[in-house]
Amino acid sequence: MTTLVTRPEAVVEPPEEAHGPSGLVKWITSTDHKVIGRSYTITAFLFFLVAGSMAIIIRTQLASPDNTIVSQHVYNELFTMHGSVMLYLFAGPFAFGGLANFIVPLQIGAPDMAFPRLNALSYWLYLSGGIIMLLGFVTTSGAADFGWVAYAPLSNSINTPGAGPDMWIVALVLTGFSAIFTGVNICATVFYLRAPGLTMFRMSIFTWNMLVTAILILIAFPVLTAALVMLWCDRHIGSHIFTVAGGGVPVLWQNLFWFFGHPEVYILALPYFGAVTDVLAVFSRKPVFGYKGMIFATIAIAALSTSVWAHHMFTTGTVLLPFFSIMSYLIAVPTGIKFFNWIGTMWRGSITFNTPMLFAVGFLVVFLFGGVTGIFLASPPVDFAMHDTYFVVAHFHEVLFGTVVFGGFSALTYWYPKYTGRMLNDFLGKISFWLMFIGFWVTFVPQYLLGEAGMPRRIAEYLPNMGWTTLNRVSTAGAYMLFLSVAVMLVNFVEAWRRPIPAGDNPWDAHTLEWATSSPPPHHNFYWIPPIRSERPVWDHYHPEHPVEREHPPRTGGDEVAAARSTARPDSRAQFGSAATARGSVNPEGPSHEPRAAGDPGDDHEGQS
Amino acid sequence: MKAEGTVLLVIGAFFGVVAIVYWFWSGETSGTAMLTGAFLLGLLPGSYYLWWSRRMRPRPEDDPHAEREEGAGVVGAFPSSSIWPFVLGLSAASVGLALVFGSWTAIVGFVVAAAAVIGVIRESRRGGVV
Repeated sequence: MTTLVTRPEAVVEPPEEAHGPSGLVKWITSTDHKVIGRSYTITAFLFFLVAGSMAIIIRTQLASPDNTIVSQHVYNELFTMHGSVMLYLFAGPFAFGGLANFIVPLQIGAPDMAFPRLNALSYWLYLSGGIIMLLGFVTTSGAADFGWVAYAPLSNSINTPGAGPDMWIVALVLTGFSAIFTGVNICATVFYLRAPGLTMFRMSIFTWNMLVTAILILIAFPVLTAALVMLWCDRHIGSHIFTVAGGGVPVLWQNLFWFFGHPEVYILALPYFGAVTDVLAVFSRKPVFGYKGMIFATIAIAALSTSVWAHHMFTTGTVLLPFFSIMSYLIAVPTGIKFFNWIGTMWRGSITFNTPMLFAVGFLVVFLFGGVTGIFLASPPVDFAMHDTYFVVAHFHEVLFGTVVFGGFSALTYWYPKYTGRMLNDFLGKISFWLMFIGFWVTFVPQYLLGEAGMPRRIAEYLPNMGWTTLNRVSTAGAYMLFLSVAVMLVNFVEAWRRPIPAGDNPWDAHTLEWATSSPPPHHNFYWIPPIRSERPVWDHYHPEHPVEREHPPRTGGDEVAAARSTARPDSRAQFGSAATARGSVNPEGPSHEPRAAGDPGDDHEGQS
Repeated sequence: MKAEGTVLLVIGAFFGVVAIVYWFWSGETSGTAMLTGAFLLGLLPGSYYLWWSRRMRPRPEDDPHAEREEGAGVVGAFPSSSIWPFVLGLSAASVGLALVFGSWTAIVGFVVAAAAVIGVIRESRRGGVV
């Protein structure tokens, strides 16, 4: 049923829940952003497990020289599908499909996404695209095996014939449209459905980053879709856009692909930057340090990331090296601003190391190293030496694993109470983190060394006399640790499902609007919205002892309407306080809601930055 | 609306400058074309938002002093459930598979897609049921 959604003024009695469909019918027909967000999250996580399993097979194959666990052809399929599933079906959709869908409307006080049915369509396109991509394995030619980048002329119908590569192309078109629709939806939702008083510069950093990500999606994905249509035409109707034989230009594919592909890296990264920013602020019990600087840095990263696509193509000899090198170096500036702000956010805060915070700090360390090796590679002479070696493999895994998995697990464990109304086990979460953190370095540091020793990427076998065996074994052992870490996280989910610990509305004593409603939120999200006078409206309500330093002086004389309203308005804070208490918002495992004593470290830094 | 428009215009302007520099420095066409596309993508909606922002009073969400009462009332009509996105998604997948196998699934896909589009429109007009 379509319902007219009204926005409440103050506390209202929860209306009776409408009797909607349930079970499978609910999953298929729901246009509620929370149901769709959950579906996206679960689906993307399943794809993560599938692609992670492929990584384990790849690492097992490389553990010994001349290994024959899988054939060369199957190995090609595995690394292609590992990359494709991780990037197109897990990392992106987990963020802009799962987290953004669930969290962004809640963070801006909206009842739903702006276009709920378009949102549902996005999910079905994504799911069908994902299934089609994986079904490539059951075709006679096998799945796509030209790498996740599908370089021409390897990807033409002579070098990689068969249905599998075509299914890969169709799957990417479907998931690409899904992403574009989601991008439009996020932009419209953020622009049109914010709560009163929630100006653009009061939105949480996560919502800001999702907005910028959505704009990047709208810039990048249409280019990929266009390139895929051209590739399909080359393969099926005899065009020669990417083939030299008919006067085409193979390197054009690389230009088109990387104009999508490099922003794609930031489409994957920016949402997790946002999530980690929120987590760092909440678990340091401080506002985000340099809030506007963070937003500026996000926009700058997004803009610069679309101007550096050809740094993936230095070795083609067809690109303007100084231009792309300079632009690549420039990205280090806004990223550095972010790092300083993240550290500044934690500086002298009263930090609690719950699982989300551990993963967030882990992200900082891992991503820093990934970023620094990226600066190496932005130098063309270094890139000439390192291109297509395991150094590059280690670099981009450090960047992407650092953001997507560390940042993603931080976000997942942070918002899990809001998703389900239940707490995860903090002890299991910490075990999972330390296994992952140690396993990560054990996996990828040897790969840097292998790259320097000259081991090329995408090889299924190597000779015993190459001297690469020990490092590869260490790397494989690290991969098994990562596998174990994810297994512990899965056990944690099962435990939370079997023995639920109620989370309450705001178990982390968090700042942003999603924590003002119940966990999980009711249909259309809010019975009540707190007054919004800073970027931390929920904190302002729970902590009247830390008054908001107003960036805008309050309206004075002459505005009779506002004056009349302010006198007529009931003290909703008291009402909210009692309502929140009645709902049992204090979680025994989370940080206390009790006001801290004066002089507590960190007090100096409370309030607006 | 002013902040929204400005963000888009700033991004668009950046790409405009980069497109000009890139064209005169490299003379490469495909990159220049894509950068110009990105420039327009910022320019068109950005200037539209800015144009509107000058012709309307600030909305409650643009006003840092807005009281919650100012935003009270009807936000919009939101469908709770609909089968048609699922049907439309299936039909798109069906048409997609026809691009691989060149089979009859395209015809089925287009027919089902047409049904889904009609269904969505009718649902919107009558208020929407599953």
